[in-house]
Amino acid sequence: MAAHESTYEPKSRFAKWMDDRLPIGRMVHDQFVDFPTPRNLNYLWTFGSILTFFLMAQILTGIVLAMHYQASAADAFDSIERIRRDVNYGWLLRPLHAVGASMFFLAAYIHIFRGLYYGSYKAPREILWIIGVLIFVAMMATAFLGYSLPWGQMSFWAVTVITNLFSSLDDLISGLGTTVVQWLWGGYSVTGVTLTRFYSLHYLLPFVIAGLVGMHIWALHVVGQNNPTGLELKTKSDAVPMHPYAISKDAVGMFVFLIVFLWFVFFLPDYLGHSDNYVPANPMVTPPHIVPEWYFLPYYAILRAIPSKLLGVIAMFSSIGILFFLPWLDTSLVRSAKYRPLYKWFFWLFVFTCVALGYLGSKPAEGAYIFWARVFTIYYFAHFLIVLPVLGLIEKPKKLPGSITEDVLGPEGTAAAAAAGKRG
Amino acid sequence: MEIDGEEPDRRDFLTLAAGTFVAVGGAISLWPFIDQMNIDAGARSLASIEVDIAPISVGQAITVLWRNKPVFIRHRTKEEIEKALAVDVKDLPDDSARNEGLPSSALATDENRTKPGHENWLIMVGICTHLGCIPKGQTLGDKQGDFDGWFCPCHGSHYDTAGRIRKGPAPRNLEVPIYEFITDTKIKLG
Repeated sequence: MAAHESTYEPKSRFAKWMDDRLPIGRMVHDQFVDFPTPRNLNYLWTFGSILTFFLMAQILTGIVLAMHYQASAADAFDSIERIRRDVNYGWLLRPLHAVGASMFFLAAYIHIFRGLYYGSYKAPREILWIIGVLIFVAMMATAFLGYSLPWGQMSFWAVTVITNLFSSLDDLISGLGTTVVQWLWGGYSVTGVTLTRFYSLHYLLPFVIAGLVGMHIWALHVVGQNNPTGLELKTKSDAVPMHPYAISKDAVGMFVFLIVFLWFVFFLPDYLGHSDNYVPANPMVTPPHIVPEWYFLPYYAILRAIPSKLLGVIAMFSSIGILFFLPWLDTSLVRSAKYRPLYKWFFWLFVFTCVALGYLGSKPAEGAYIFWARVFTIYYFAHFLIVLPVLGLIEKPKKLPGSITEDVLGPEGTAAAAAAGKRG
Repeated sequence: MEIDGEEPDRRDFLTLAAGTFVAVGGAISLWPFIDQMNIDAGARSLASIEVDIAPISVGQAITVLWRNKPVFIRHRTKEEIEKALAVDVKDLPDDSARNEGLPSSALATDENRTKPGHENWLIMVGICTHLGCIPKGQTLGDKQGDFDGWFCPCHGSHYDTAGRIRKGPAPRNLEVPIYEFITDTKIKLG
């Protein structure tokens, strides 16, 4: 695994000189060129690279947009329009950043569900998983702060509703919620003061994410990648070097994903947003129907499903917080759903639940929508608290292959590979 | 830091005192960085305004901006007042008056939501106590909800003709701010 022997040989005198002082070339070679990756990774494993790319792209487009954006209540809305109409290539840069945020979440969700399906959170990958959840939380905070910046009606009222979540603390200790919310706002309500501080934090958080991603990759390279069989690397023939195998596969996945991304950027730049955000923020009028961006809809549905304000807020935060405990809630010793006949079904039921909650979050909170939101909210939590612990105890897993090589080549191929390994 | 089994000496004391000093000093120096986010002096100084309510005839309502929050001022009709009076406080989801001008133990009777002698005027902060949206019901043709007061379109909270929560996710009655009648047709908010 990660403790593989270094095969780095400095080629030039400078490289050798450098290697004795700061062995950065050795690190890159050992971790990203000669690093052993399982030979059976499928395209779902390309999303780690895709996400790294999106983080860098968001930071880059964000830095240049910051050169034109003005974070004040009077100028913010107009400065966004100026970026789209007047700034050179602003028509491209702004959708790259806004659609990029959506695509970042799409990739993150695929990445997370891949982890859920193949049991990538199980020992020894608990810390890797937990850092991943932290990245996800930081991403949500960044996206929320960024969504406030255009200062349209949806921006303004999203900030109002979400910051008001903290006012539910008033139900615990009288006055605590109001104190916290006014501290966040810097006023008696959401104003330009709030916008300016959100801008500052929106610029800060991506670098926090970058730091967390560094730790995520570090932890990954200590424990090694999971793979569709869920087995550890046992022999040399189970792995291939990262370069060129994994890198070229990542490149293919990345190009396909970029095609989808750029199709939105060029042809449907506003499709994933809400038209009300092209109305300037007005603190006197609430839009008739407030909805968050699509990637927050499931949590919004959970929030609204619960009739009590404080409990709704607690349920919403718990729906993400529960992910931190997943490595210990799942009691099954088998990682991959490929060999878990029952879990496979529940996994897809869980996916359906999340999609259904997303749909319900986009609908008004009344009648049948509320009823179904409650049903799916219950299943969301039951999946983690009941299904996963119980399933591990009662499920009879299918027979696991002896090794990754055996899964790919069959028993005879494995013998041949072993013989070749001995000769080589 | 522990020197096994020996009596604490001057060095132990100095180490402990220095450590405490750094910890307390470090904690205190955080405060300016936290407090800078609180409401600044400029916003606090705009905390009270006067409103002329003479032009509002019976059945009409206006919304004024106070501390950047919308304040509903409604000149209630006889029927609206009677409707509010007819409610038993015990049946309300929130039985507290939520009137800044009264002690927090005051009950949510119609009298406690208004000023004596001015019961026809209902004055309150027009922010839904759920998640801060602005309820509908101020202008003609607005949906006023099941209790003919206000209706919050965000998550479906219904308020009655005294601005009390009756149905929906909002936990509290609409807040009555501190205000006073300077004359019969002029009020001071804040």
